[in-house]
Amino acid sequence: MSEETKKFMYINRKAPYGTIYAWESLEVVLIGAAFEQDVSLAFLDDGVFQLTKGQDTKGIGMKNFSPTYSALGDYEVTKIYVEKESLEERGLTLDDLQHLVWEDEDEDYAEKDSIRLVSRAELAEVIAASDVLFNF
Amino acid sequence: MKLTIQVNEGPYQHQSSDSAYYFTKAALDKGHEIFRVFFYHDGVNNGTRLTTPPQDDRNIVKRWSDLAEEHGLDLVVCVAAAQRRGIVDDGEAQRNGKDATNIAPGFRISGLGQLVEGGVQSDRLVVFGD
Repeated sequence: MSEETKKFMYINRKAPYGTIYAWESLEVVLIGAAFEQDVSLAFLDDGVFQLTKGQDTKGIGMKNFSPTYSALGDYEVTKIYVEKESLEERGLTLDDLQHLVWEDEDEDYAEKDSIRLVSRAELAEVIAASDVLFNF
Repeated sequence: MKLTIQVNEGPYQHQSSDSAYYFTKAALDKGHEIFRVFFYHDGVNNGTRLTTPPQDDRNIVKRWSDLAEEHGLDLVVCVAAAQRRGIVDDGEAQRNGKDATNIAPGFRISGLGQLVEGGVQSDRLVVFGD
């Protein structure tokens, strides 16, 4: 395997259950974590719904995979960008999303927020600075 | 340039698979290296040899197989996505107790790590799909 570290960005743009993209994106993220790259996730457009708390999928007979997002910190996936405009356009605020955290082992395992609320323009800069884009 | 191609949609319903094929072919013709073609989501359906399109239409699966044979391409179908959608090779049939296989020539089934590795090893990851 190559020793270089690349900036991986996983872009999530779709609602969680209408299509399988959200779940199969998360599967790539979990597998990809083993490759020790510099990983970021972005949630925009209907993708912001993927992070909402209190998801209940009983009525549609599909697996509720939303608890998996809270495990991302353990996979050292600590940078989760959420686009502010996408939230606002859908009447959502940060309070509607899961509180995702990671433990910073360099600071005595202090719990830190994983979610970074960014504007559309700021997210564009983050994406532009990435090496590898996975778009789901 | 070294490229990894990701195909996210199945054949015929979306143009993505056609576009990925023509892009891959053009890149090879221009002398670029294709590190891997990775089929994900419904894209795994590009890897079934049981497809039988009308004779006056393109055969998308055979086209990939032929390109793989000609250029030694590494066509990888994601195992998790394939299991959901019934794309089966000998190993998968044995592991999961299936009575048939349908993987097309030139394709192999492997894990998502192959996609991530493609991103790490290649100069560009080019994604086709919605």
